[in-house]
Amino acid sequence: MADHAHKLEILRGLIKFKSNTQKIWGVLILLSIITAVEVLLGIYKPEWGRTVFLGMKALNWIFIVLTIVKAYYITWDFMHMRDETKALRRMVVWTAIFLICYLLWILLQEAGYIFEIYDKGYIKRDF
Amino acid sequence: MDNTVVSTGTEGKTWGGGSQPLKSSYGKMMMWFFIVSDALTFSGFLAAYGFSRFKFIDAWPIADEVFTHIPFYHEPAPMIYVAFMTFVLIMSSVTMVLAVDAGHEMKKAKVTFYMFLTIIGGLIFVGSQAWEWATFIKGDYGAIQTKGGNILQFGEYVEKDGEQLFKRVAIKDFAIEAAHDVREQHQRKNGIWFMNEGSLPSYTVDEVMHGLEANTNVLVRTQLINEDGEKTVLTREESLRQIKENGKSVVEGANLHVNEYGTPLFADFFFFITGFHGFHVFSGVVINIIIFFNVILGTYERRKNYEMVEKVGLYWHFVDLVWVFVFTFFYLV
Repeated sequence: MADHAHKLEILRGLIKFKSNTQKIWGVLILLSIITAVEVLLGIYKPEWGRTVFLGMKALNWIFIVLTIVKAYYITWDFMHMRDETKALRRMVVWTAIFLICYLLWILLQEAGYIFEIYDKGYIKRDF
Repeated sequence: MDNTVVSTGTEGKTWGGGSQPLKSSYGKMMMWFFIVSDALTFSGFLAAYGFSRFKFIDAWPIADEVFTHIPFYHEPAPMIYVAFMTFVLIMSSVTMVLAVDAGHEMKKAKVTFYMFLTIIGGLIFVGSQAWEWATFIKGDYGAIQTKGGNILQFGEYVEKDGEQLFKRVAIKDFAIEAAHDVREQHQRKNGIWFMNEGSLPSYTVDEVMHGLEANTNVLVRTQLINEDGEKTVLTREESLRQIKENGKSVVEGANLHVNEYGTPLFADFFFFITGFHGFHVFSGVVINIIIFFNVILGTYERRKNYEMVEKVGLYWHFVDLVWVFVFTFFYLV
């Protein structure tokens, strides 16, 4: 980056920082809060978290969403993705997201199928 | 460069590479593309972990029961140590980005200081991970592996605040040692010179069986997870029967072949994924040290830009990013 201009607002402009250094500390606080929430939920494992939602426990969904939120802030503010051009951003982020989603979908789908075979004995195919 | 490259007369024009649509230097862009490919590698590993886990969804080890150790503290306390490790890595990411920021302002002393803190953070993290590995390899309760490869663990019901809680019991606390050792470790010097074997478990299945018969309060716990999200505890008769009929070997700790906490796949993936990540952290520390010395020597001061710090910074943040996911999928979910 030739010019050292940083975009200094996070959470869609909800919080604006005066300098880049201040933004870094702000993001650290945000990440620490998210991690603390994760750790507390992980230790106490509240009862409502066991409700199954879309094939997985609600608590696990919360963990995954919080992880993606953390990943977003690490990439956008620590790695300065916020300041890169839209083209570079999409090249890096969408490529990875698309391939990872595909890989996860196909592997987890297959794993579920194998579990069913182990669990139920067999799956009938020759009918 | 100008002397070696033939002038084409298009310099500065679009055809001559004059236009920079991404407004990013070559080095930084290549670092980004490396990160994308490395991210896909890690995703492959984590997806494979997910595959194995979904395949054995009703019998996977519960991470909270595996990683419960804190140095110098002997009560089981899940999550605490790994939360500390996560915080150390995020903190070192912060010092790294502060170093990059100081580099933009061309403040050499500040860059040096923050790079130093980053390296220290990285070393603390790698050290913690080594300790985590050592505790995992050592194990704590021991278990019996069945003919079918399943793990049977031991415990007893204790009353705490009017509630019946299942508390794990270590094999060494109830097994009755036989009068003489049944089998000796096969060593090169005693047998055929090119054959040897790894260390034997401290107890045999028979010794554990005798201990189980003598201690009527001890019960067996299987790998299967019940509706309450806990491992199934067998009745006393069923416990004795399982060990007598199916018990094959005693397992202490974890390695690539056996794992006292459950399926060996859990240990395999743990060693492989955290090992691969730990190797990234280690190489990150080495690269950071090289850059640190370059900063001290004033290389970037003479170059009049600190972009090199920014590039290693990208790599370092990526290592942190991967850890965020490893943390979730190994310790939380």
